[in-house]
Amino acid sequence: MNTLKIAAATLAASVALAGAASARDQIKTVGSSTVFPYTQAVSEEFANKTGNPAPVVESTGTGGGFKAFCAGIGEDHADLTGASRAIKDSEKELCAGNGVTDISEALIGYDGLSIAHARSAPDMDLTEEQIFQALAAELPDGNGGFIANPNKKWSDIDASLPDFEITAFGPPPTSGTRDAFVELVMHDGCKNLPGMAELEETDEDKWEEVCSRMRQDGPFVEAGENDNLIVQRLESDANAIGIFGYSFLYENADKLKPVAVNGIEPSFDTIADGSYPVARPLYFYVKNAHRDVIPGMNEFLEEYMSEEALGPDGYLAERGLTPLDDEKRQQVQKAVLDGEMIGG
Amino acid sequence: MSQSATAAAPGRSPQAPVLWKSQEMADRRKARYAADRRLQMYGLAGIIFALGFLAILLTTLAFTGYKAFVQTTASVEINLAAQDIDRTDIREANWRSIFRDAVRQEFPDLSRAEEREFFKIFTSSAHYLVRDRVLDNPALLDGTTTFHIPLADPLDQFAKGEVNPDLPEDQRRVSNAQLELYEVLDARGMISQPFNWGLFFNADSRFPELAGLAGAISGSFWALLVCFLISFPVGIAAAIYLEEFAPKNRWTDLIEININNLAAVPSVVFGMLGLAVFLGWFGLPRSAPFVGGLVLSLMTLPTLIIVTRASLKSVPMAIREAALGVGASKHEVIFHHVLPLAMPTVMTGTIIGLAQALGETAPLLLIGMNAFITSPPDGIFEASTALPTQIYIWADSPERGFVARTSAAILVLLGFLALMNAIAIFLRQRFERRW
Repeated sequence: MNTLKIAAATLAASVALAGAASARDQIKTVGSSTVFPYTQAVSEEFANKTGNPAPVVESTGTGGGFKAFCAGIGEDHADLTGASRAIKDSEKELCAGNGVTDISEALIGYDGLSIAHARSAPDMDLTEEQIFQALAAELPDGNGGFIANPNKKWSDIDASLPDFEITAFGPPPTSGTRDAFVELVMHDGCKNLPGMAELEETDEDKWEEVCSRMRQDGPFVEAGENDNLIVQRLESDANAIGIFGYSFLYENADKLKPVAVNGIEPSFDTIADGSYPVARPLYFYVKNAHRDVIPGMNEFLEEYMSEEALGPDGYLAERGLTPLDDEKRQQVQKAVLDGEMIGG
Repeated sequence: MSQSATAAAPGRSPQAPVLWKSQEMADRRKARYAADRRLQMYGLAGIIFALGFLAILLTTLAFTGYKAFVQTTASVEINLAAQDIDRTDIREANWRSIFRDAVRQEFPDLSRAEEREFFKIFTSSAHYLVRDRVLDNPALLDGTTTFHIPLADPLDQFAKGEVNPDLPEDQRRVSNAQLELYEVLDARGMISQPFNWGLFFNADSRFPELAGLAGAISGSFWALLVCFLISFPVGIAAAIYLEEFAPKNRWTDLIEININNLAAVPSVVFGMLGLAVFLGWFGLPRSAPFVGGLVLSLMTLPTLIIVTRASLKSVPMAIREAALGVGASKHEVIFHHVLPLAMPTVMTGTIIGLAQALGETAPLLLIGMNAFITSPPDGIFEASTALPTQIYIWADSPERGFVARTSAAILVLLGFLALMNAIAIFLRQRFERRW
């Protein structure tokens, strides 16, 4: 087997040298699976319009995207990464450590997270607090301690809620959707419970732990990264609710309907004006050092920043992105096209 | 077992002769025959069970997938001669308005809002389709041509009966205005559902109505080619050494055990290896079929070595001895006699190994062959997807049209697998020699 490996390795090495000689003419993007469909749309339009080679758009998740993006400068590394949250300081450091210092940030719009159930189910309107009480691993017992979540049925939380078992299909911890859900719903719901505000002051780590942990005893089911699967399971179980990106609800409006959160149903309007509480910003980050080196890079960014893409009637909105308001959009467009550095 | 052991005791008694005609013996015979029949039934039930699952799989796939093999299109007539197009720069002409003017003639009196709904009936890349056909054939600029424009996914789904028009308007992706306009187009005979060649000849797209498998098929082809070119010669060389030259000692035993173990290693492990070694160390490009082929060849090599060794072993010693006897040297024995006789089995094993590699997903996901690329690769270093990873991407897309396309893609993949296995069976039947 050793001889085989050596043989394979020499073969690989020899072809690698031959391959490295040819320069890259495709744009490479990585990053969040939530930003993926939008970058897809821009890439296709860009390739169609300009006749440039089609960019390679890979969905790696936000964290994985930064890891690849920050690995270095040069044509072996990605030009652009999508993110469903802003870049973390640790990631900035990772980038800086590998010489990736000149990065531009683009906020492209908002994405709603929807909680939905089958059309045949009774209408539901939940507060963030109720969602937390239904799905958290531990709840405060009122005396400063914590007990394992005792709620089995929705009616256990509040008598006005329906009298059936809590079943929720949601994304696994590796998913950016899960992070967003925990941060936007669980944390907010947690804050309002008695004693939690004080705990945040005194012991933030404990607060973070209690407010972030989803229950493991059955009612919350991690349904994998595939949102289409959740849609199918909701169809067959009218008592279950599901948590996924708004675009999946939008595409399946004949089978699913939204659960209102704090009395507000998700729609493009409620997400854009901020009244729907479960929405998150979407970003991409781009290496300015690559702009004049990778062919088509500037045109690609122009396409991404064009009104046709980002505008209120743009094709990204058609795909489910909630666009920015005019003023903010113009700021972002200018910042990206001028190559403004983040933090600078 | 225990029952028959205790029952057998009287028959074995040395004093009394066995009474074969006794009632007891007749009952035992009956029980034994019943046990035989039961065993047969279990076996049959097992086969029916397995075939049943296969049938369920295939029928559900065919049932959801068959709709993706046709595509609803509208025939749109465009008089390009009347347009003022600069023939030196066809690409830059205003194709969007040329296309819109042409379809506007069908309904000249629409309001602006109605018109917007109307344009959404057609795929939003319609003007690029028209442009690309003209670029391919500039002679079209001299006359009027009928273009078959795919309808946008919601309308395509409606035409295929997937959208219920009785639902309230806000619960479906097709608006009432679009339904009315569609009915008129249909009444004018502009709508048809031809076979969806785009499924095979288009690359991936974010629009289901334009998405096809060309990129995935050629990506899989390049990856398998690399896999074959590496694993076939290396596998045969290794097998020849181990079978014909290697001394029988602890080292060769160790190598043999390791090869057998490697054949059982989950493919995702090879993917990790590819990520660390090929992408990390050698700096090979991500998403390239070349790297995919390398990883897949690591995976098929052990199987191939095992198959080749077995087939070399099955060539009778007498043939080697006869060749040596007439003065052939060792390499002549191998290349003139043993290897050609073993070749049919080796080819069969190779094809089955490649078929396995074709369906492999996990290692390709790790090296990034699940990217979205709207053009098929021209070579082994250009980024592309492969058939199984394309299925993975489509299965995760929100648009309704991708549901049918995912099933259709699985059917295409299964078709290729069946084809490769059929070739393997043919080779075995036709050329294999039994001794």
